[in-house]
Amino acid sequence: MYGILELINFAHGDVFMIGGMIAASFVISVFNLGPYPSIGMLTLAVVVSLAVAMTACALLNATIERIGYRPLRGAPRLVPLITAIGFSYILQNIAFIWKGPRPVSLPPTLPSGSAFTIGTCPKCASYQWSQLFVLIITIPVLIGLVWLVRYTKRGKAMRATAQDKDAAAMMGIDVNRTISFTFIIAGALAGAAGVIFAFYETTIQYNSGFTLGLIAFTAAVLGGIGNLQGAVLGGLMIGFIQDYNEGLGWAAPGSAFTHSIVFGILILTLVFRPQGLLGEQTPEGG
Amino acid sequence: MYGAFWRLVEGLGVKDARARWERQSPFVQRAVPPLVIALLVILVTLPVRTPDPAAMVLLAIAYALYVMPYRWRRYALPATVLALAVAYPFLIQQADYGRFLFKLPIFNTFPSMTTMVVMVVFAMMAVALNIVVGYAGLLDLGYVAFYALGAYTAAWLASPHAAQFKWPGHHHNINLDIGGIGIPPGVGGIHISIWIVLLAAAIVTAVGGVLIGLPTLRLRGDYLAIVTLGFGEIVSEIARDGDKQTLGFNLTNGPPGINPVDPPGFGVWIAHHLGLPANYLTEAGVYVNFTTVIYWSAIVLLLITIFCSVRMRDSRLGRAWIAIREDEVAAAAMGIPLMRTKTWAYASGAFFGGVAGAWFASYKQAVFPDDFYFGISIFVLTMVILGGMGNVWGVVAGAVLLSYLNYEGLNNFSAWMNNNVLSCNASSQDPAKVISGGCINAPLVSTGIYGAILVLVMLFRPGGLIPERRRQYEFETGVHDEPLMDVMQAPAE
Repeated sequence: MYGILELINFAHGDVFMIGGMIAASFVISVFNLGPYPSIGMLTLAVVVSLAVAMTACALLNATIERIGYRPLRGAPRLVPLITAIGFSYILQNIAFIWKGPRPVSLPPTLPSGSAFTIGTCPKCASYQWSQLFVLIITIPVLIGLVWLVRYTKRGKAMRATAQDKDAAAMMGIDVNRTISFTFIIAGALAGAAGVIFAFYETTIQYNSGFTLGLIAFTAAVLGGIGNLQGAVLGGLMIGFIQDYNEGLGWAAPGSAFTHSIVFGILILTLVFRPQGLLGEQTPEGG
Repeated sequence: MYGAFWRLVEGLGVKDARARWERQSPFVQRAVPPLVIALLVILVTLPVRTPDPAAMVLLAIAYALYVMPYRWRRYALPATVLALAVAYPFLIQQADYGRFLFKLPIFNTFPSMTTMVVMVVFAMMAVALNIVVGYAGLLDLGYVAFYALGAYTAAWLASPHAAQFKWPGHHHNINLDIGGIGIPPGVGGIHISIWIVLLAAAIVTAVGGVLIGLPTLRLRGDYLAIVTLGFGEIVSEIARDGDKQTLGFNLTNGPPGINPVDPPGFGVWIAHHLGLPANYLTEAGVYVNFTTVIYWSAIVLLLITIFCSVRMRDSRLGRAWIAIREDEVAAAAMGIPLMRTKTWAYASGAFFGGVAGAWFASYKQAVFPDDFYFGISIFVLTMVILGGMGNVWGVVAGAVLLSYLNYEGLNNFSAWMNNNVLSCNASSQDPAKVISGGCINAPLVSTGIYGAILVLVMLFRPGGLIPERRRQYEFETGVHDEPLMDVMQAPAE
């Protein structure tokens, strides 16, 4: 999405958070799941909350775009950036009114055992069911995204709009609709991510999204904006650095400075290699 | 509306009323209508409530300012506001609140003195941030970093904190006193007069601004925003965790903060010769007490900040800032050194932010890391945007309004809503919830309100409450190359 509008959507992390909140509501209120429900119930809950959260977040993101960004498309760059911050705060406060200040806790619904193990078992590397669950949802969604962007007419329109809005408009592409469509897709993805987060982490708070959004942005910048492989690599590196910093006692400053380290990486990347590790793929260079 | 009014008047039998009215001098045309409206309102409301004398005086002053010609008002308006602000401690600190002041509708009482101090400090920060955001057009989301840096510098230079360290290469602990105020005997540490500390904090912060700016200002606007945000987070994280246990060196004393910090004061010599207070803490009059002198000094600092800000805007440097804001490429082509000019904007903004932080630390006589969270950056940014980016007076107005709302207004508003509009049952209210038991607790969603303000201002009045004329043209016409297709254009409003 950054590619198409050249706008950092600060509200994106908060849309993600709303998705997680919707999943949490479904698990707690609608399905009333206890710890470790049967596979059938779990699948039903996941599918329903995914469907609802993705739809809701897609609509939410499209509404934000319609109200906050489209009327300002001719304005200086600063302006939509400021409305993005404003929307981020509004969403956080909506969640705050909805769910209160404390984190919402879910029961651990995902099966807890290992899906499979490598090696013999006091020293084995085990692969948890909950981790497999993340992959089961993520991989089809990503494949769908790649297919959408690469092989459909809409995807072609999106890429054309990202490269040059004026030229795209001259080629008969409805730029406004394409941008709205991009926001819908992005919102749906954020909703799906929020659902996965809620099921996997089993706790979500009204301000979870903002920091996560920033960390995700750091990962994207580290890997190279607009570069899908780069984003994955950046995400892995940031995750690894965070875990290393928080998990190990020696040679690491400890969890207190995790954010400082992540933002330090962001700043160093932007200063010394603004195109990211794997190179930038936006039409306009950094 | 206007025509309908005159048709009504002429229908009542006054012949040629409109034509005769429009023959009157412009002065009469300007001066009479508000007077008539005010008299009508007073007459209608007379049976319900007697007019409050203080409110009448205030209205009369406002009316006088409205009627006078522009060339007078230009000076009279700031002078009146300043005079009222300076006299405010005498008006509010009466045993009987209603003696000089009246209660506002909905928002109840006027702000207390402690809120006034915070309002002035935030106005100072907003004017300083305006240099970065308003003049140079660089979005800074980590302004709290400078505020914190100023406060912690002041805490280092005027507190017993340094007493735990030894002079480099020496065996005795640090003990330095240069005009320090109110030092308990034998505590050690560094104690420097607040006036030197203010300057030192400003310089340290400005250097910090340059250090942050040099690597990052090359970046495009939105990257810059996110990097400054990162810096803000880093600084507040260091403030929170920069103690011996986590950092290995007790830089900020961690969560308890640095406490106590010396109060401001001029010292005995100046107090003896010039009559200025030796130690602000010992001022204990009914009207002239600690808060009052802090407040007056803060107003002086704010005036200095405004003066410097306006003079800088009109200088060669300020015009270069505005040129960069309007079109970076054209500015560079005209020979403006982009990096140096932007760094200067950053340094100047940081300089006054540091002064504000140092003054706040001295007022609180302590520095707590919880005072420097990310929300402050957005809070100050909202003030600048609400008031009008680039317009000093608008920014001051925005700052005063928002910090009042934040520290008192929203509370009063909730109380009024709960008492008069909603069916609130105070006993069933959950203080941690925004809506509970039929009551609202508006301060909890203050950040959401700022968010809404940001969005609404950007959509409907991008110039802010009091727009800078030049900036308004930019927002109306846009500064980028003209969009080719009409789909790209904002809908006409």
